[in-house]
Amino acid sequence: MSSTARAEGGVHLFRFAAPAEFYRLAGRLTPWFAALSIVLAVIGLYIGFFAAPTDAQQGESYRIIFIHVPAAWMAMFLYVVMALWAGVGLVFNTRVSAMLASAIAPTGALMAFIALWTGALWGRPTWGAYWVWDARLTSTLILLFLYCGFIALHSAIDDPRRADKAAAVLALVGVVNVPIIYFSVQWWNTLHQGASVRPGGSSMAGIMVAAMLVMVFAFWMYAIAAVLHRVRSVVLEREQRNEWAQAVVVARGGK
Amino acid sequence: MNWGSFSNFLAMGGYGGFVWGAYGVTAVLIAAEIFALRARRRRAVQEVASRSRGQG
Repeated sequence: MSSTARAEGGVHLFRFAAPAEFYRLAGRLTPWFAALSIVLAVIGLYIGFFAAPTDAQQGESYRIIFIHVPAAWMAMFLYVVMALWAGVGLVFNTRVSAMLASAIAPTGALMAFIALWTGALWGRPTWGAYWVWDARLTSTLILLFLYCGFIALHSAIDDPRRADKAAAVLALVGVVNVPIIYFSVQWWNTLHQGASVRPGGSSMAGIMVAAMLVMVFAFWMYAIAAVLHRVRSVVLEREQRNEWAQAVVVARGGK
Repeated sequence: MNWGSFSNFLAMGGYGGFVWGAYGVTAVLIAAEIFALRARRRRAVQEVASRSRGQG
């Protein structure tokens, strides 16, 4: 069954560019990333709620940061990774890269939405408003729309290869938005606070930063697990006519 | 321990609605994504299985 895929792929790293090999690899990795994510989330939430003290200015409302910042970082990071794989698929016409890009989009959209939602619930007690048309908030909303546009465009075109190409162009054009989000707090006079953590220092107490960073890694591992899980479904959907996919499903129930 | 009692924990110093509104919706959305991931996988596996049966 999968031995044919292994033989034709050779031993070099590029064998994972073959959908069959990539499918197996993703299946082996997913549970590890999922487990890591759960462990890190438990540790991060424990530190965040039971070790980190009350904030002197914001009281307990600041504790939203432990999900807000990880979600916002992941939303930006996943977009760049999505655009990168979409671009690789566009240039080299590699199937797995395009499948990865389309598997990233829903999780990226979820992260963007969580960043906006938690930001609204943090903004209300801190600024007095759920929403303001501030540079950072607006550019993050555009990020959510870019993810939704990518998903909608991809699903609107029947031929998957053509859908990959069109969506890749959209993803690449939208990359411009990511540095705008990141630097918006410096370029414009915004309501949103500046970066609390930057190379060389932090404006937050160490224990708060620790909780936030552990949660960043928890979200990161979750995103990897979700994307790897989804990409396996994408591979099966697209390779369902191929012998290896049918063999995998019949012999091992899709494992 | 910061809180002393469970009701203090829930109250979050008066910000309970904001803090738990943020965490609750995040938890529900992540659970929904996991549910959607599993449903999509089940569908994909079934599709391949029925195709392989169809071709004998």
